[in-house]
Amino acid sequence: MTVGVTFESYLLLILLALPFIGSLLSGLILNTTSRDLPVFVAGAVTLLVLGLTIFAYASVGTGSVLRFDAEWLPQLGLNFTLRMDGLAWIFCMLVSAIGFLVVLYARYYMGEDDPIPRFFSFLLAFMGAMLGIIISGNIILLSIFWELTSIFSFLLISYWHRNPTARDGARMALTITGIGGFCLLVGMLLLGNVVGSYDLDKVLASGDVIRSHALYLPTLIFILLGALTKSAQFPFHFWLPNAMAAPTPVSAFLHSATMVKAGVFLLVRLWPALSGTYEWFFLVGLMGMLTLLLGAYFAMFQRDLKGLLAYSTISHLGLITTLLSLGSPLATVAAIFHMLNHATFKASLFMAAGIIDHETGTRDMQRLSGLFRFLPFTATLAMVASAAMAGVPLLNGFLSKEMFFAEAVETHADSILDTILPYVATLAGAFSVTYSLRFIHTVFFGPAPVDLPKAKPHEPPRWMRFPVEFLVVACLVVGIVPSISIGPFLHVAAESVLGADMPEYSLALWHGFSLPLAMSLVAMIGGTILYILLRGYFSRCEDGPPLFRRLRGQRIFERVLVTVSWRWARMAESRMGTRNLQPQLRWVVATGFMAGLLPLVLSGFEVRPLAFSGIDPAFAIVWLLGTAMALGAAFSAKYHRLAALVMLGGVGLMVCITFVWLSAPDLAITQLLVEIVTTVLILLGLRWLPKRNADSPDAITLRGRFRRFRDLVLAIGCGVGMSFISFAVMTMPVPDAIATYFLDNAYAQGGGRNVVNVILVDFRGFDTLGEIAVLGVVALTVYALLRRFRPAADSIDMPEQQRIQNSFDEERPERSLGDTVRDYLLVPSVIMQWMFPVVLTLSVYLFMRGHDMPGGGFSAGLTLSIAFLLQYLAGGTRWAEDRIRILPLRWMGLGLLTAAATGMGSWLLGYPFLTSHSRYLDLPLIGKVPAATALLFDLGVFSLVVGSTVLIMVALAHQSIRINRLRAIDAARAEES
Amino acid sequence: MELVLSIAIGVMTACGVWLILRPRTYQVIVGLSLLSYAVNLFIFGVGGVKSNLPPILQDGVDPGTLTDPVPQALVLTAIVIGFATTALFLVVMLASRGLTGNDHVDGRNDPK
Repeated sequence: MTVGVTFESYLLLILLALPFIGSLLSGLILNTTSRDLPVFVAGAVTLLVLGLTIFAYASVGTGSVLRFDAEWLPQLGLNFTLRMDGLAWIFCMLVSAIGFLVVLYARYYMGEDDPIPRFFSFLLAFMGAMLGIIISGNIILLSIFWELTSIFSFLLISYWHRNPTARDGARMALTITGIGGFCLLVGMLLLGNVVGSYDLDKVLASGDVIRSHALYLPTLIFILLGALTKSAQFPFHFWLPNAMAAPTPVSAFLHSATMVKAGVFLLVRLWPALSGTYEWFFLVGLMGMLTLLLGAYFAMFQRDLKGLLAYSTISHLGLITTLLSLGSPLATVAAIFHMLNHATFKASLFMAAGIIDHETGTRDMQRLSGLFRFLPFTATLAMVASAAMAGVPLLNGFLSKEMFFAEAVETHADSILDTILPYVATLAGAFSVTYSLRFIHTVFFGPAPVDLPKAKPHEPPRWMRFPVEFLVVACLVVGIVPSISIGPFLHVAAESVLGADMPEYSLALWHGFSLPLAMSLVAMIGGTILYILLRGYFSRCEDGPPLFRRLRGQRIFERVLVTVSWRWARMAESRMGTRNLQPQLRWVVATGFMAGLLPLVLSGFEVRPLAFSGIDPAFAIVWLLGTAMALGAAFSAKYHRLAALVMLGGVGLMVCITFVWLSAPDLAITQLLVEIVTTVLILLGLRWLPKRNADSPDAITLRGRFRRFRDLVLAIGCGVGMSFISFAVMTMPVPDAIATYFLDNAYAQGGGRNVVNVILVDFRGFDTLGEIAVLGVVALTVYALLRRFRPAADSIDMPEQQRIQNSFDEERPERSLGDTVRDYLLVPSVIMQWMFPVVLTLSVYLFMRGHDMPGGGFSAGLTLSIAFLLQYLAGGTRWAEDRIRILPLRWMGLGLLTAAATGMGSWLLGYPFLTSHSRYLDLPLIGKVPAATALLFDLGVFSLVVGSTVLIMVALAHQSIRINRLRAIDAARAEES
Repeated sequence: MELVLSIAIGVMTACGVWLILRPRTYQVIVGLSLLSYAVNLFIFGVGGVKSNLPPILQDGVDPGTLTDPVPQALVLTAIVIGFATTALFLVVMLASRGLTGNDHVDGRNDPK
């Protein structure tokens, strides 16, 4: 085999991309009223794919492999590899040819009200995914396309989504095949791990390594789970009959010809790598034989036409699986051959069933009868296709079935399975003859049907019948002259799988009198007799096979689903869930506490000599005050909110002093400024909270007391724990970690002396960019939340203080209403107004020195916003807004853009994102000024901080203006009534 | 120093935890602020407790002796983010108060 890397390799990419492009196109014209445009797109795409595939035969036919390689995640050994060998080629042909016929058929099948573009969009996307499975040259890529087919199958089954059966069927198919796909992925990962590569060629070449590896069995089981669920093998078969709620073209395409073949295709694909062991024979063979027999048995007793065909499909897939389990090259050739034959006759049968359904309005075989007189042409076609399904000579089904029988009588592995195989095969053959006869005889012969939903069935349009005709002719041609029609192609396909093990075989119709022929005869005669015996029963029996009617995979599946996703979920929710915040927080805190405690308990607590730097009395006093205020805040937060806020601010100041004390000037500045802003913010919010009076405290129940006690214990536990941990951490020697790097390189690389600032805007600039983005998002969220804010009814009234001030004005004739409010804190407010330029300058100063001295964008930004804030405080919202127009959103946008643009600027010079450059500029008067690009970044930070802080503040402050409007509305309402 | 600081962290943590388990939104916001002080100081303390050695490079001072700048940079970020979350929580608290008419953390006034 040679590997050709030529222009033809791109052919594969185009081949794969075409259906997806077609799907998008079809999706784009979603609202079109034309019924022909989507059909045209889909038809053109399928024809193009077909043409390209035929074109590819020029090289594939000579035994070479087309390959397309593109790097995807080379670090993980993942490449976007496409490869087409004989097997892939013949499946591409199958998918594209049947795809085209299905498109043609669907054109006439779909009803007037069905959204056609959506259908074709899904269908093409499915086709792309299916082609992806077939030509993937990387096993992980294959798994991805595998999942895609499950998803599109789900969408196609639920195409008539108003129909609950369709929804249930779709969900079931997705659940089963999706879980299978997940298992497949696990199996593929294991396989890749065993081989050391995800490349399909390497996997196929390392069969011996895989089979002797310790992980062989788990790998095999996971891959089989994937393949067997997809191909609807027992015991996962039940999704397929339920998927029959899909439109018939979908059933014909996905659920007979292509998607369900993906499972067995995968088994063939990986046949050189996985087969030949006893485990393979036993697992695959057992499942295959069970499916073969049970599928055929179930198929006989279906009342629904499509149900019969679905179970027959299951049975035929079981046949293919059984063939593959045998591990002999000849059986594999037979398996490939039967896949093609089955796709041909089953797709045509589905289409015929669709025509019958379309013309009569029912698929119930106990209602259908004697349709031959109405649909003679369709009936003839269906009869031929059914004969192929039953394995009648001169048709393709006969040939592959003969090959199957021949393989069945051979001995492959010495086990009971092998011994009973010929009998199972013959019995299943007989069953298939029975259900084929039932299909033909009940539907087309007998008395004319009575009270059909559609009274006058007649032949379908010419081109709706064409796909059936085409496929039936193909059945005949392959059946009569196999070695001319399919022979060479089958040879190429089989050779690509088997390589040197290619067996001698002949595709002749007549092999002389042999055991397989005898088995065929037994099956035919047995099946016919069985049908004659069961005829009466069929015409009145209830749906479903006897003996197994109670054992339904579907019901088990549903029960499992209900138990897991409903009953257990409910139980978990009611036992463990809560909608209340307090228990949730309690759990979080308790878990945190345990997480801190456990390591200490498990690994022991080492007591070391205390090595701390003594106690500074002044510092002790600072924290004596600090802890007192923290306790005070905790104590008074319920009834004395203002007091609690003041004390909270006090604690903040102590934190700030600590930062100064312990060599963190930057933190101290930021903490101080944040403290100011936070306090003002909460002050603004206090007004909207309900009054709560300590004189009439809420009644506390016994349970409440217990809860408080529990919380107190938890709080003290956490506090003590944190004390211990922090003491332990702080008295430990600081390990020499990354600090030295930053200290050594801050000036050399970042061009700044303030290491904290350099870390923020240079070394860890990306984090800071994320952080300011968060700040911006928060500000916008606050703004959005407050736009819709409506205060509670009891906070709309004017606050008591304002009422007293106003009544004071009203009592005195020399004062007009509002004077007191205006004069309130007059002197401080004048000072505050004068402070504006001072604070502004401070802000600029903090910004400029930031790179070398404590300061920087954050603190400068906060300072500037405080400058604005003071103006609001001093003059009131209206006064301030008459004089300064701040456009916080612009500040924010500009800030974020500046920061990001600075980062991206380094791309232009070929450096990674946010690489900074620094230099000192000598400006007249001012002196040396650092001019790192980091300064520009810091400018962005600054601008965003200003914008966000001001936006939050202003949004809150504006509520007091809006409230006047609300009051006016209330007053107007009161007057009206 | 370390002893005082760790006791302070412990007290603030205890007060914070107590408060966030209370039923009124305002208590929770005060509690969260106290907790964030405690956590910030803790992270800050990880870098070691040194006086008069801010991480600002000066000629003639060995950079190796300076305070660890990394926890400081982390805490600086934490302070700003803490401010943002406090603001957000405050507004959510107000909105919930406006919608439900009370200031219970679950939006209901009656004790369970």
